[in-house]
Amino acid sequence: MASPSIELRGVTKRFATPKGGIYTALRDLTMDVAPGEFCAVVGPTGCGKSTTLALISGLELASAGEVRVEGRPVKGIADGIGYVFQTDAVFPWKTVLDNVAAGPRYHGAPGRDAHARAKDWIARVGLAGFEDRYPHQLSGGMRKRVGLAQSLINGPRILLMDEPFSALDVQTRTLMEDELLALWASTSASVVFVTHDLEEAIALADRVVVLTAGPGTVKGTYEVDLPRPRNVAEIRFQPRFAQIYEAIWSQLRDEVLVSYERQKHGAAV
Amino acid sequence: MSVRSTVPPSSVSAHGGVPPFSSADTRRQDGAPPGPLDAKAESAGIDADLVARRSRAARRRRLTIYVLRLVFAVVWLGSWELTTRLNIVDPFFVGQPSGVVVRLWTWITDGTALGPLWLQAAVTMEEAVLGFVIGSALGIVLGILLGRVELIAEVLSPFIKGANAIPRVVLGSLFAIMFGLSVWGKASTAVVLVFFVVFFNAFQGVREVDRNLVANARILGADNRRLTTEIIIPSAMSWILASLHISFGLAIVGAVVGELFGATAGLGQLIYNAGHTFDVNGVFAGMFVLAVLALIAEGLISALENRLIKWRPSRVSGEIPI
Repeated sequence: MASPSIELRGVTKRFATPKGGIYTALRDLTMDVAPGEFCAVVGPTGCGKSTTLALISGLELASAGEVRVEGRPVKGIADGIGYVFQTDAVFPWKTVLDNVAAGPRYHGAPGRDAHARAKDWIARVGLAGFEDRYPHQLSGGMRKRVGLAQSLINGPRILLMDEPFSALDVQTRTLMEDELLALWASTSASVVFVTHDLEEAIALADRVVVLTAGPGTVKGTYEVDLPRPRNVAEIRFQPRFAQIYEAIWSQLRDEVLVSYERQKHGAAV
Repeated sequence: MSVRSTVPPSSVSAHGGVPPFSSADTRRQDGAPPGPLDAKAESAGIDADLVARRSRAARRRRLTIYVLRLVFAVVWLGSWELTTRLNIVDPFFVGQPSGVVVRLWTWITDGTALGPLWLQAAVTMEEAVLGFVIGSALGIVLGILLGRVELIAEVLSPFIKGANAIPRVVLGSLFAIMFGLSVWGKASTAVVLVFFVVFFNAFQGVREVDRNLVANARILGADNRRLTTEIIIPSAMSWILASLHISFGLAIVGAVVGELFGATAGLGQLIYNAGHTFDVNGVFAGMFVLAVLALIAEGLISALENRLIKWRPSRVSGEIPI
């Protein structure tokens, strides 16, 4: 087997809280992502899913344990990584064209070249004709497309996605999921897709990693042996989908309950 | 005078307003089912009708507002004029609108005691504009610098807070000694008034930058310089421009106060002279000229703002333009 594209070995991440305490987001987390694999991470609220992505991207550094990307330990933000954020992270003062062209320009591409590539990607995410619009003139789904093009234009070998479609309505979301799969199929990127939605995870991924309630660690991993190419809207009706869903949900449910109880008590205190 | 950061009229991260595209997505524009022609025409007719009705309603509303404004002005000035004419209040102490108009007219036609009116206005504006430009440039540069470099911010914070706590108009007397009767005494007073407002806003604007945007730019490969010029500064621009609105008014205050501490010309000096000769109408006339100039400057700043942040959602129609 080829060496994994992403390795997390016994990773712990602690944050100092404003009150001077210490909050452990992840504890002793170990997981791998193979090259070209689509890996979904699910878990209850506050289990450190987003922290996992921050560690892989180099936005945050691990408190203990080792994070390796393409065999090299992560010491900061490295090239070759794309990150699609949960909330809108497109730049509101740039047009769609300039937003998408930002990555190449930051990497030193001349303006004309960057714009040509950006135009190509804007067309690929279905926004041709909207190059001169500002983000506030677009719908939520369209802004997400801009975000996607903005990340993919850099040709990332690793794509990190943090609940990217959670703010979209159900129909738009299904469309975007299908489109993401199509775009991903045309690249060889490894994807780590964080979501709280188990259906979305199974529909998209090759493998689903379930995290425990915070501090998060791996509760179990599940192969999703559904055939590709997939149609996200229809795959949910397959009996195999239901089987996988049941198997994972039986694990995830306990963690969700733990997290829920904790929040309830936390609120009561 | 206490100076706090002003909140920009619309926050950067807010995505207010209805997107101009009604459907959730426009991915397959070609895939729209072509409806029957007559149905389309009919709906277009309804749309046009709705638009026409809306613009008529908007026009009526605008007209009402202008009429009410006129009524307000007439009642206000009319009662002032009337009560002074009937000697219910003594015009010697409160002035009289007609007297103010007459004074303005003589100033325009015959000039003031200090020389032609336009010269007084030009002198004061020169002081105010100099103070405004220097003060806001310093405020923007230092605000962004301190917002970006935590160490400098922590070292300088007590000094800046201390300086801000001083009632800064008294510095006018100091500047009068340092710069004599030259324009710099007044401009410096304006600078210290403008600086702190712009500084605190620029600083706060840098601090309030959406962390997601910064993370996104860093992932996309932006270095520190790009981060500052392409993310931090545009993002703080709403805050900075909001502060410029207030600070031009403060620059005029600085210029006028500076003139009180010693000047040979200027609107402040003119008002000061009028006050000393118990010419209440002259004081009001001077104030009126200052107000007109401040409003013109405000209009220019708004135009600049609209140019600089054209990416911001346009104002909701029907919002009261104040």
